[in-house]
Amino acid sequence: MVLKEGEVNLGTTTMAVTFKGGVIIGADSRSTIGSFIANRVTNKLAEVHDLIYCCRSGSSADTQAVSDIVRYYLQMYTVNEKEPPSVRTAAALFRELCYTNKDNLTAGFIVAGWDRHDKGTIWNVPLGGSLHQQPFAIGGSGSTYIYGYCDATFREDMSKDECMEFMKNSISLAMSRDGSSGGCIRLAVITETGVEKIFVPGNKLQVHWEG
Amino acid sequence: MTPAGKCQPDHVSPLQQTHSTATPTGPQTQMDHFPSHWGKPRQDNVDPYSPMPLYSSLTPQVHPWEEPITRTLNPLVTGSSVIALKYKDGIMMAADNLASYGSLARFRDVERLYPVGEHTVVGASGDMSDFHYIKHVLDSLMIKETYIDDGHVLGTPHIYEYLFRVMYNHRSKFNPLWNSLVVGGVHKKEKYAYVPILLNLKHHNSNVKLRLRISCHLRFLGYINLRGTTYKSSTVATGFGAEVAQPLMRKEVEGKEDTLTEEEAIKIINTCMKVLFYMDARSLNKVSCVEKFRNFLSH
Repeated sequence: MVLKEGEVNLGTTTMAVTFKGGVIIGADSRSTIGSFIANRVTNKLAEVHDLIYCCRSGSSADTQAVSDIVRYYLQMYTVNEKEPPSVRTAAALFRELCYTNKDNLTAGFIVAGWDRHDKGTIWNVPLGGSLHQQPFAIGGSGSTYIYGYCDATFREDMSKDECMEFMKNSISLAMSRDGSSGGCIRLAVITETGVEKIFVPGNKLQVHWEG
Repeated sequence: MTPAGKCQPDHVSPLQQTHSTATPTGPQTQMDHFPSHWGKPRQDNVDPYSPMPLYSSLTPQVHPWEEPITRTLNPLVTGSSVIALKYKDGIMMAADNLASYGSLARFRDVERLYPVGEHTVVGASGDMSDFHYIKHVLDSLMIKETYIDDGHVLGTPHIYEYLFRVMYNHRSKFNPLWNSLVVGGVHKKEKYAYVPILLNLKHHNSNVKLRLRISCHLRFLGYINLRGTTYKSSTVATGFGAEVAQPLMRKEVEGKEDTLTEEEAIKIINTCMKVLFYMDARSLNKVSCVEKFRNFLSH
């Protein structure tokens, strides 16, 4: 990933998993400039609508700009259509921005939320601007270290607590191996009734084999 | 003849006047008398029809022994910062147990502080393979010194000077050992002290001095880097530690080296390692610490 000199990097671990009743999205909290930690308590879960959130990975500036623009478009959509947008619509907007500006952006998103028609859905918009719907998605530099663990552990239709355990374990495993991920874990549980935000400090995570 | 070497005709007809003073744009039709401008008729250093070596090309080949060795210009498995300070009884050094492979926290049980003999410890940041080589070099040195068995033991300043020579020589051959080293220890030094004594003599010769041989323990702390730059100080740090931990240590230690207790020194080291874990993305919350005081080594 080529960042300009001095640019803040969201080298990160992001994750979203569907469960029975909605989706949970989560991310670590580290922003780096090279190997200097610029912010160790970053919030990488951006709200684009009441029940639609996205995880940001890549360049801090690029992802903040894109998610702000999508939030604007979704607000206009709500005013014009008089109903909340679907997650698919939000993901399509992300894709449009990432794809048309693919030469100038270093931004990867995981869009997740709840809508009336499809219930909880997750859409992965990686670097090139493609669009993939998945039952669970991982992204960011730290995700490479947990592909095996996630593939082995994920099951469809987990309960909310099982899903949270799965996410906390995966993200903490990635954080312990990836130098660009760390700090604490921020989770958001999105269901029909609303969004519940959860903060897990670094010292409350399960300790795995530390080698 | 003009200095430019062009043969100017003595008589210039009015028609040709403008032509001869203009700069020539077409092919050279006048004779060039200087052989050094002619060029060589054939290239002797490259023989395109030579059967040896096989597959030789028309482009001049650069042989690997003519190129600089660039093998150690990219550190691969690296360690992050090492910090050290002097306190009342000796020196204290700390480093985390991580060897990173780029941004991957690859090896999390690496010991980056290495004791040399009884009195010295060497801490390294940077390339771990080069540190491995330095450890071997120090081992052979200590073995040779022990083998000679002349009653002398290499002290910390000697190890420091030796490592400086090793690093500087490597750098001078364009093949640096990609490390920043911290050398610390307590070494015994024998000094002569001249103590004036009062003698109750008629001559009142108060210039009599008693010569005492005393041995004192001196704390030593020094830094050597990949270019052979060295310095000694009461606080030393490498890598990120130099940016983040050095100011913290200097504020607490400078001026108080002789009064700082062991507990206070441990507290300072803990604070610095905690701040480094916060601010350095290539650090680990598992740390080794070494104290050197008198003839002791304790972890």
